[in-house]
Order: sequence, then C-alpha cells, then structure tokens
Amino acid sequence: MSLLAEKTPARTYAAHAKPWWQRTLMTRDAAIIALLVVVWTYASIVILNFSDPITVYFLVLDVTPILLIALPMTLIIITGEIDLSVASVVGLSSVLFGVLHREGVPMVAAMVLALLACAVAGAFNGVLVTRFGLPSLAVTIGTMALFRGIAVGALGTTAITDWPDAWGDLVQARIGDSQIPLMTVPLVALIVIFAVVLHFTPFGRGIFAAGLSKDAARFSGVNVDRTKLILFTLSGLVSGLAGIYFTLRYGSARGDNATGLELQVVAAVLLGGVSIFGGRGAIPGVIAGVVLIGTIGSALRLDGLSANIIQIITGVLLIAAVIAASVLGWTGRIVGTYRRQHSSDEPSSKQSPQRKRSE
Amino acid sequence: MTTTLDAPAPAAPQPRHRAANRLTWLLKQRETGIAVAFVALLVVTTAVNPNFLFSTDGWRDLTLTPAILVCLAIGQAMVIVTRNVDLSVGSTLGLTAYLAGRLFLDTGLPVIVVVLIAVAAGAVLGLINGVLVAFAKVPALVITLGTLYIYRGIMLEWAGSDRINASDIPPGLLDFGTGSFLFIPNLAWISFALLAAAIYLMRSTRVGREFYAIGSDPAAATLYGLRDKRRVLQAFATSGALAGLAGILYVSRYGTISSGVGQGIELEAVGAAVVGGVAIFGGSGTVLGAALGAYLLTTINRALPVLGIPDFWQQAVVGALIIGAIVLDRYFARRQHDKLLAEREES
Repeated sequence: MSLLAEKTPARTYAAHAKPWWQRTLMTRDAAIIALLVVVWTYASIVILNFSDPITVYFLVLDVTPILLIALPMTLIIITGEIDLSVASVVGLSSVLFGVLHREGVPMVAAMVLALLACAVAGAFNGVLVTRFGLPSLAVTIGTMALFRGIAVGALGTTAITDWPDAWGDLVQARIGDSQIPLMTVPLVALIVIFAVVLHFTPFGRGIFAAGLSKDAARFSGVNVDRTKLILFTLSGLVSGLAGIYFTLRYGSARGDNATGLELQVVAAVLLGGVSIFGGRGAIPGVIAGVVLIGTIGSALRLDGLSANIIQIITGVLLIAAVIAASVLGWTGRIVGTYRRQHSSDEPSSKQSPQRKRSE
Repeated sequence: MTTTLDAPAPAAPQPRHRAANRLTWLLKQRETGIAVAFVALLVVTTAVNPNFLFSTDGWRDLTLTPAILVCLAIGQAMVIVTRNVDLSVGSTLGLTAYLAGRLFLDTGLPVIVVVLIAVAAGAVLGLINGVLVAFAKVPALVITLGTLYIYRGIMLEWAGSDRINASDIPPGLLDFGTGSFLFIPNLAWISFALLAAAIYLMRSTRVGREFYAIGSDPAAATLYGLRDKRRVLQAFATSGALAGLAGILYVSRYGTISSGVGQGIELEAVGAAVVGGVAIFGGSGTVLGAALGAYLLTTINRALPVLGIPDFWQQAVVGALIIGAIVLDRYFARRQHDKLLAEREES
C-alpha cells in the first residue's frame, strides 16, 4: 500500500505530461504485445516451418485451456485474490463428464451437469473467501487438493477413453479449408465478452476498484463480496469448460488431467501485465502473455530445443516481467522527481514552491 | 507437548492453580488441536489394525516417512511467518538431490563433503529467491513461481533422460538413510534435531522474533529500524538450505533420483504449515505446528488404506483438512479478537 501511494504522484504526472500515443505505447500491455510481435517475426524467419499455418493450428489448440482459464483468473487477480484450484477443477470436470458419459447420460446433458458442478466448486471457493473472510491463497490451496482428490478418488488411475469420434473431430475441426481451428470462434467470443465486461461495464470498474482498495470500493457502492463470489463461480465454470475441452481433445477423462496447469495460468496472466497486488491489468496483455508462452513453446520445440529450456525461459520471463515493472517504477519516480525539480512551468504542485526556495 | 504438562512445576506459591493455568494455556495453543487430531488418527487406525503402530515397519514408517516433509515444512513456516511464501522448494529439492547424485557418480568426494555442498547449494538457490524478493518489491509468490520453473528446468535439462540408481550412491549413505538409532530412524533424528533448533531460533533469538515482527507489520518493522531485507534473505536461505538437506535425505532414503523428485511437494509443505496453524498472512504460527501438520498429512496418507479407504482419496482428505484448519483458525482468531475488545470495554 505504501508502495502504491509513493508511486502515484510521479505516475500521474508522467502520464499527463506525455501525448496520448506515448501513453498508449508505454504501457505494460504494449510492451508485452511488442515482445510477442518480435518473437513471432524472429521465429518465422529463423525457424523452419514456424510460419506454416499448421503450426498456428496446433498453437491455438494447445493454448486454448490456458487461455480459457486465464480470462477469469485475470479478473480474480485484479480484485487482489487468486484461484489456485483451477487445474483441479479441470480434472473434476473431466472425471464427472467421463463418469456421466459412461453411465449413459447423453453428451450434452453430461456436459451441462459437469459444468454446473464446476460452477458450484468455484462458488465454494467464493463463499469461503467472501463469507468467511479467508485468504484466497490458503483456501484455494486447500480446494486444489480437495477437488483433485475427489477427481482422482472417483476414477482412481483408470481413464475413460470411450468417446464418440464425432465430438473429438468437432473439437479439432478447422474452419473450411483454412488452418484455423473451429474452436477459435467460441474462444474469441469469450475473450470479447470478458474484455467488454472488464473494461466497459460498471461491474468491470468494480473489479478494479475492489483490487485498488476494498474499503473505498465498498464506500462507492461496489458490492465487493458479491463481485468476488461471481468471479470465483465464473472461474469454476470456465475451468470446467477447459476440462471438457481437454477430455474431448485427448479423448480421455482422467483425474490427473491438467496437473500443474494452475501455475502456468498464473505465470501467463502475470506475464501479461496483471499486477499480483490487484487493481491493474487488461485482457489484451493477458492474451499476449498466454500466446507468448505458447509461441515460445512451439517455436523452441520446432527448433529442436527441449521442453526443459522452455520451462527455464518461462520462469525467467515471468520474473523479468514482474521485476521490469518495479524497475520501471523506480526510473519513473526518478525521472518524475528530476522533472519536477527542473521545470519552471510545471502545473502547481504542493512540493514545488519549497523546492524552488531551496534551490 | 506432553512433556511440558508432565514436567514438575517449580516450587510455586499455588501449585494447583498454576497447573490449572498451564492446562488452559496448553488447551489454547493452536498446536494442541493438531496434535490431538494426530493422536486420534493414530489411535483409530491402530485400533483397526494394530500393525499400523506396533509392527516394526509401522513404527519405523510413522517417524521415517514425514522426516523429509518436516524439513521442508520448517523452512516454509519460517518464510511464511515473514509474510512470504517459497513455492520453489520442490524444485530445489530435486535439483540438489540430482547434484548430490552427480557428485557421487562423477567424483570421489566423501559423503560428508557432498552433503555440505548440497546444503550450501540449496542455501544459494534460496538466497537467489531472497534477493529477488527483498529487492524487487514483488510478492514472493510470483518470484518463487518463476524459480520453481527455472530450477526444475535446469535439473531436467541437466539430467536429460538418465536417472541415478541406488548402485551409484555410496552404500554408507543408503545404510544411514534406512538405519535407525534407539528404535528411531536416523532421518527422524535429524528432523527432530532440526525442529528443536528451529523452535529455539524462532522463540528465543533475535532473528526469530524479528521474523515475526516483519511478518506481522512490515512497514512498522522497517520504521522501527529492523533490517527487513537481511531477515527476508535469511529466511529464504534457510528454507533453501533445508530443501537442500531434504534432497540429501531423499537420496539416502530412496537411492534413486528421477526427474520427478520433489515435484508438487512445495504445496504439501505449504499445506502442512497452513494445517499446523501458520497464518498465510505472516506474523503468527510456529515451526512446531508446521512439523505436526507434516506428520498429520503424511500419516493420513498411510492410514487411509488401513481404514479401508482407497488411497486415491487421500488428497481429498488432505484438502478438506486444510480448509477445516483455516476455517477453525479464523474462528479462534475472531473469538480472541472479540474477547480482547470486550476486555477493553470493561476496563
């Protein structure tokens, strides 16, 4: 908090002193998107086959689960909370879907029931966080084990692999003759919905407000608890969707599906410029973050590098991205102080008269 | 816990009153709840199958299995008390275990030197976390999530597809890992010794008290003049060194080191600390509680099959337990808060 308070004056000053195009281009979002463009260009030139449409096809299919879950995760982290149970909900969804299918429930009904259960699982997190006032980090570490345990407990080490081909084909289908997966359509629709809700609605402004200051948000009429409850429920629902996608794409319902995915999602979201302190972040940056991680993965794989190097690079990028933010903060403050001391026509600031006298 | 109760109270004016006070004090401790749960689990499981506790293997497993997790949980508790978290311990464990294996394989260094190198390497890895956390002003969750990937990636890249087998490890170390002294496995002795040292450190030294001070109010601690950066570095380095030691313990107990060593154990360590009453927001909780949490979690794992529940459900039980523990913790904290408020009203 004290950190934020310190930063604000320099930031506001710097932001208003610059023309709009500089303000747009100097954001974290723009930086990460620029990095993505650089990596894409480089990979297309240097790595054989990277610019093939088929690469893009597999890239989209591979990043879909992370992209899906990253959307509600972004909103949750902006409110200052976190949901580590998402990957376990993926497993839960997969197992429920599988078991219902095995018991002869029609596909669509099985899907809906599994999604409902996942929404309930998400709401359970939300209730523990909002009604009981518990820290979401601790709660979701608990439910991460709980949901995964239920998923693994229900199926053991067996897998349900008996799926109608038509559904698997649908998930992997392309649009017409292009190499664009059909899944892109609902995916883009979801991205647009989340972006509009977060950036253009009162509910979205409430999310930012809740993350910046819970009390201030409450006083200005935002129902912080309800907002968080909705977000956690949404996170469960979307993770359930990812679970169904996972199941159909690989034709296998397993309790241990998507183990460890939660950390990848959090890494992608933070890489996309969302502040872990809450209150800052945007959907375009997050999409770029997810695609960046996916691109580096597939580019390096095509280049013959091992998955381990990708893991190392992911970690380094994550740390570099968050540290860059605070380093930029320092330089911003230093530049701000410098300008305040050296400009004579600066709009009146409380500190400037004293400073001038001392000079 | 029981030793404090049984110990004869020093000559006091009102011995009975004092004993009663001690009893209420004991009942109020967070660790008591978890210890009671642990004992209850032991009693019930042993009633179902006496071999659980009274067979040689049962007794051995009871103290041996948690030893590695206890190591990590102690370090994790220290880090969490300073209002941070260390998610990289599983990767640190894996990396140091592989480093130790490689040293045994490629060099003729004596075991003790390799142990020291592994612990030092763990401390360095922890120190890297600490430096990044202390100076970058970024939450430890993010930093250690990054190093979790980096350390694991380095280990995997280094190890490739080979794995180190028991035949490559000096037999002396393996004997130590499976051996016992006075009916208690050697590794358990090590974890007890560490626990005793950590309890002393956290309760009675300046370093430990400052950990608590920094965790309960970082801004106040800085204003007061505590060297918070140095303390955070120390907490992370200790956690890393303990993870390094845990890596050696792993090698000495299991003998084989594959790429998945320690994967996911960081969450068990955080879970053990949380179940043991270490508040995730820092400033409260004890290493003893975290160690008891580790005992409870690992023993549940072994108890479930005995109780007729397939061990697939173990994770679910652990999860329910973590949630139960934080809900209870919150309840007691609120009750304490209300009581303090009421007392202030009266005075």
